[in-house]
This record gives sequence, C-alpha cells and structure tokens, in this order.
Amino acid sequence: MKRQTVRFTINGEARELAVYPNDLLLNVLRDQESLTGTKYGCGIGECGACTVQVDGAPTLSCLKLAVSVDGCKVVTIEGLAKGNQLDPVQEAFLDNSAVQCGFCTPGMVMMGRALLDEKPRPTEQEVRDHMRGSLCRCTGYASIVRAIMVAGEKAELS
Amino acid sequence: MYQTTNTRIIVPEFDVRQPTSLEAVLRELEHNAKGTRLLAGGTDLLVQIKLERTQPARLIDITRVPELMGMAVKDGMLIVGAATSIRTLANGVGVRERYTALAESCDAFSTVPVMIMGTIGGNLCNASPAADTAPALFAFDGAVELASCEGSRRTVPLDEFFVGPGRTVMREDEVMVAVRLPKTAAGTGSAFVKIGRVAADISKVSAAVKLVRKDDRVSECRIAVGAVAATPMRAYTAEQYLAGRRIDAKTLADAARAVEEDVKPITDVRSTKEYRTHVAGVAVKDALGAAWQRARGGERQ
Repeated sequence: MKRQTVRFTINGEARELAVYPNDLLLNVLRDQESLTGTKYGCGIGECGACTVQVDGAPTLSCLKLAVSVDGCKVVTIEGLAKGNQLDPVQEAFLDNSAVQCGFCTPGMVMMGRALLDEKPRPTEQEVRDHMRGSLCRCTGYASIVRAIMVAGEKAELS
Repeated sequence: MYQTTNTRIIVPEFDVRQPTSLEAVLRELEHNAKGTRLLAGGTDLLVQIKLERTQPARLIDITRVPELMGMAVKDGMLIVGAATSIRTLANGVGVRERYTALAESCDAFSTVPVMIMGTIGGNLCNASPAADTAPALFAFDGAVELASCEGSRRTVPLDEFFVGPGRTVMREDEVMVAVRLPKTAAGTGSAFVKIGRVAADISKVSAAVKLVRKDDRVSECRIAVGAVAATPMRAYTAEQYLAGRRIDAKTLADAARAVEEDVKPITDVRSTKEYRTHVAGVAVKDALGAAWQRARGGERQ
C-alpha cells in the first residue's frame, strides 16, 4: 500500500498530506493534525461523536476515507470559533450547562451548527429529529436541545 | 467467525480508485472486477470492512462521477442517479408531492449524517431486507439501470433485483447507474410506515403503499413490506384483494390479514417472527389509511 497525496483545507488552512488509502479522515485529523476535538466513539456511524463538516455538510469522519476529501473544505470543532469569539452554539452550550463529560459535545455542536445554518429557528421537534444520530450518555438531551434552540433565538435577536 | 472489536482504524489494506466519469468506472471494472467493491457513501461498506466481513482488494469511489449524481425528469419518468444522497433525493423538486412514500422513507433513514453520506444506489446494492427505500421504490414500480464494462445496459424492475440478504442480480462487472420511477397517475396517494425501536434504528418492519383512488375506489394499488422476508417484498395477495374496493374498516382488516399470511419473517435481535408478522399487517393498514386520505386530495385536482 502506497501513500497518496491529498490536498484539502482544514479550518480554512490549506493542507497537503500523505495518507494511506485505508486511512480514515478521523485518524488523520486526530493523529496527523493533532486536532483531537473530533472524537472516536463507536466507529460504525451510530453515535455522531466524530462529526465534522465536509464542504458544509455534517459528515461522519470515522466512515470517511481521507483520500476522498481531496479538494474539499473540512471544518472541525476547532474551526468554529473566530479567534477568542466562540460560535453562538458553543456559547449556548456553556450557558445552558449542555456539557457534562464533554465527549459527545464536539459532534453535538457540529450538528447543531449545521441545523441552524439550514434553519435558523428550528422547533424543538426539528432539533430532536436532526440530532437523533448524536448520542449522549451523561449530560442528558434536554439541555443540549435547549442550547441549540437558544443559539437560534439569540442569533435572530442580534 | 472472528469478530473484531476494533472500529477505530481500518486494518485490511486496499487500493482506492477515484474515477470522474462513468466510462472510467467501467474501465476500472474491466481491469479486475473480482475483489473490487464500489464505494459510495461508505456508511455500510466501510463498517463491513472494519468488521472484516468483506475484504476487497480495491475500492472504486463513485462519488465523483457526474453521470451517477442528481435527478432529472425524462418523459415524465423520474431518474435518480445511483450515487445521489438520500438527503438530496428527499429534497428533490416534486419528490415529496409525487412520490410521498419515497420521501417519507428517506426521512426515516437512519440519522442525518447517514442521510447526507448514504446513497440510493448503496441502499439498494447492499440489499438489506430492511433497506428503507426499497418498499417505497417497489410501490412506485421502480426499476434500476445497470451498466456493464462490456458496454451493455439493462433495466431491472426492482421486484426482480433482490435475490436474498445482501444479494442482488447485479454482476461484479456492473455498476448501478440510476433508479427510474414512472410518472404517477392522477388520484395517486402513497405513504411509508417504519416501525423501529428508536428513530435512528434499522426497521423491525416497514411498509409502503401506493394507490390510485378513482370514483372512491382503489383502481390500482401497490403494497410492499420490508424486514419481513429474505428480501423486501410485494404483498400481492393484499394488492389483488383491494383492487376495485373501497378503503374502510373491513377491507383494511382483510388486507392486513392477507399481508400477515404472505410475509415470512425471522426472529432476530430486533424482533420476533410473531411480532413482525402481526405488525406488518398493522403497518400496511396505517400506510393504506394515509395513502387513501392523500389520494383524495389528488382526485380533486
């Protein structure tokens, strides 16, 4: 197996990396790029902890070959904040105590961001439906759902 | 069989090809079809590779092939490229209005990232008896277009496509190009019902119904059920029974009983045979009721 060169942007920065055909985007981000915000949870697309954005679409990085993001724009949880200014979804997670152990949080925030990009003021049912692939085992969903709705409301007010 | 628990990395080695035209995909298949798998969304195939249930020597990534992406209407027929994502299909112009059951089956499809990554062709080619989109495509008399590296093309009606769990009539040297759905008639109503433990789960039972309502009777009807046999299946007995009849409490109950007699479910981790048998009838009943109501709207037009 030979390494292949892939060119893509990570959080706005152009990268050129040598990866093996069986390397997963998740591991390239975590191990080669030291972007450990993206988590390995189940590895089979059940939990959503590894969710990143590829060309704006929420994508499970544990089921994405690194070679297949050639030419794409990848955004991870590390890329949401602008300098010291957190993304409104991140702010809302803090304000609403939507983080306990924090393991599912990066995936949750990426999914919440994607929903608000599509639909700035979702209903609670829409939030729950959109988030059904992101599993949490300690915080509880109520505060997570509330945080996403609050982030939508605040964005509308500002 | 050895069951690995590692899912963080992919241990087996393989080559990945990334052709950008259908011609190039077929050329790749011509070289060496054996040991080659077509990779679309990867939400199923990469899991199978991680669990070492399949060990391809080569993957052909077909998500950069324009001929396999997107949707078009030709002569009233809806043509959906095989590598079109489930999300794109659900949001396609006119899909929800004309092919309601199909849009509903896409809505019920696993989770949002899987809907975005997963493709219609992948859902069909993996040939799970529980494939969410299959019953709806059966109900609309869908067919799949296959191309082979020898240059031949064939169109296979969906109800002849599946052979068994994970098996289809598609050959190793073929690629699915598109799914074709005929135009729906005036007075058509359709619905999809999925029974699962939670929304993101694989179905225990699924059912899709399409009917044409004329003079307050069912002039034509298709009923298909999933996860209750070795392949998704049509419920022919119930279809024939309902033709020419009105939908009411009695005909619904009779149709449900006919479905219960036709299905051949198994007991597995998700459900028992008995549960699936009964609920298949209930799911069809619910779908028939919804389709009948929706068809009334269509009849007035």
